[in-house]
Amino acid sequence: MRLSPSPLRGGSAEQSEAGVGVHIGGFRDQPPPGTLFASLSTCHPPRKGEGGQANCQSDPMTAVLTNLFDGVAYGMLLFVLGCGLAVTLGLMNFVNLAHGAFAMAGGYVCAVLVNRLGWPFFAGLPLAFISAAVIGAALERLLYRHLYSRSHLDQVLFSVGLVFMSVAAVDYIMGSQRVFINLPSVLEGQFDLFGVGIGRYRLMIIVICGLLTALLQLILARTRFGSRLRAAVDDPRAASGLGINVPQVFAFTFAFGCGLAGLGGALSAEVLGLDPYFPLKFMIYFLIVVTVGGSSSITGPFLASLLLGIADVAGKYYVPKMGPFVIYTVMIVILIWRPNGLFGRAAAR
Amino acid sequence: MSAQADVGPSAIRHARWHWSELAFWIVVLACAFIFPSRYLIMTDIVRLALFALSLDLILGYAGIVSLGHAAFFGVGAYCAGLLALHGVIAEPVLALVAAGLVATVLGFLTSFLVIRGVDLTRLMVTLGIALLLEALAERFSNITGGTDGLQGIEMQPILKLFAFDIFGKTGFFYSLAVTFLLFLLARRIVHSPFGLSLRAIRNNPLRAAAIGIPVNKRLIAIYTVAAFYAGIAGALFTQTTALAALDVFSFERSADLMLVLVIGGTGYLYGGLIGAVVFRMLQEVFSTITPQYWQFWIGLVLVVIVLVGRARLHRWVLWLPNLLIAQISGRRNVVAVPEGDAP
Repeated sequence: MRLSPSPLRGGSAEQSEAGVGVHIGGFRDQPPPGTLFASLSTCHPPRKGEGGQANCQSDPMTAVLTNLFDGVAYGMLLFVLGCGLAVTLGLMNFVNLAHGAFAMAGGYVCAVLVNRLGWPFFAGLPLAFISAAVIGAALERLLYRHLYSRSHLDQVLFSVGLVFMSVAAVDYIMGSQRVFINLPSVLEGQFDLFGVGIGRYRLMIIVICGLLTALLQLILARTRFGSRLRAAVDDPRAASGLGINVPQVFAFTFAFGCGLAGLGGALSAEVLGLDPYFPLKFMIYFLIVVTVGGSSSITGPFLASLLLGIADVAGKYYVPKMGPFVIYTVMIVILIWRPNGLFGRAAAR
Repeated sequence: MSAQADVGPSAIRHARWHWSELAFWIVVLACAFIFPSRYLIMTDIVRLALFALSLDLILGYAGIVSLGHAAFFGVGAYCAGLLALHGVIAEPVLALVAAGLVATVLGFLTSFLVIRGVDLTRLMVTLGIALLLEALAERFSNITGGTDGLQGIEMQPILKLFAFDIFGKTGFFYSLAVTFLLFLLARRIVHSPFGLSLRAIRNNPLRAAAIGIPVNKRLIAIYTVAAFYAGIAGALFTQTTALAALDVFSFERSADLMLVLVIGGTGYLYGGLIGAVVFRMLQEVFSTITPQYWQFWIGLVLVVIVLVGRARLHRWVLWLPNLLIAQISGRRNVVAVPEGDAP
């Protein structure tokens, strides 16, 4: 019933035996890896000894619909979190494993604003976007742009280093506990729609993320900036020959993607959990969204995240014992079957 | 024709033992006697060195970027642990080989997945395999002990002669001997025509295929060999610590391993060994400064290494030794930047 891959578990005993003591020591004192996902599902998945789905709605059809709804909400959230990565990884061909760090930054900014300074939640969300975008832009200008032409190995090492730094820094500043953001009462609870329990918060996620997706699609397809971005991605040399400022386009896109991740991080504090290990726990999920979805359009990652969200919620609900490895297996099979993603085209490089 | 005539002698010259290599191993052996109270951490370094050697074989020589090398380490660790726990193969050396072979089989099977696709797909697939194995190990916690790990492993004496002692002396010499033997094997492999063909593949797979090298078969072969090495490293870990917990599969282990190799430099076999020493020293220093947040500084080291540039960094490190050698013996550039450093 654990959502995350490894990093939750603390240091290995080997290290203390060896006298080093604190390998992964920073990761040791933290809340137990628990039912990370339980809060997302409106009806809790059956646990051992609780007798199947008896604790849920009696009608299997509404259970399916409720799961579907939660899956869609989760998928939408994953899309907003990961679509920035679709641009950096898929389009700019930069392996940015540190994408989750920007999401975490946004989430923590929102948490501090709402919880400590008493801002309203809906004012915190844009600030989460802006702060993550600013951090992203600064890092892009200072560090990332030097690495665009480097090998994938260098990019991996660099971004893993950033992840380690962000995890330790947030742990140091904010502590290692899971952070909750105070929600306005409008968003709490759920209501029934034709017998299907609709969580208000999840509904809001779907609305916000749906609007964002439509907006992104419009920007990409209809605006001048969108056509510049597509040109810069298709062929940077030809694009700069036509007078398009390619580095600027990339920097802006990178910052925008980070901002979206930050917004996603703020939204996900309630359903995915926000703690310093966020970038490590969800790294694989972002990567799945991008690699499975392909990068030729934003429709690919969007469908991939919906699939992933629904499959994950359904998997957790119906086969809780199989745990996360359904997802991993599906991912590996898809990658073997279509190395460029389900909806992708041949990679440029 | 002349180029071809040059290749053989040049390869043979490179394959010969250099005096500095002998010196390196003598220093290693001397450490065992100079620091008799530090066996545990030295064992740790030797294990890590063997693990890094394994990654060097695929990353440095074949150019496969793997984010999930801990998969084989973990399989080796659990195999050795289970064999010892249930007394299937009580003798450590045999159990070590058996664990290595299990990892080899896994490496062979997964190599078909890894050779497909480009760097990014490989990253994802290797990472996915490690996560998958971790999830499996957690799922079958009745066998693996889940988060608590395998407990109560008792190791039999090595070859029925040398019992493991609490100071780790036996464990250290055992690990060192295994690592040295496997190093000799790796050295033989990379200097063979097979190893040369791997380097050709790393530098340009298309050209390598054009001159008749069976690219995929070679990659499968070296990936399998590397899995064997990693499995042995994992088994050594379990045997010398009498522990195997879920974190043998963890992403941090794979990421740390890359750092080890990058510190030491890829593509000349000694990179992993030197990197392991430096990495543990760094870890020691950082964890005395900030016991809880040393990971931050490790991350910073990674970022700085990449930004400065790996090749440039190694040139800086080698500047002083080269200067000294040039002054003393009048030769130039005796210790060169390993050619495999360029990705």
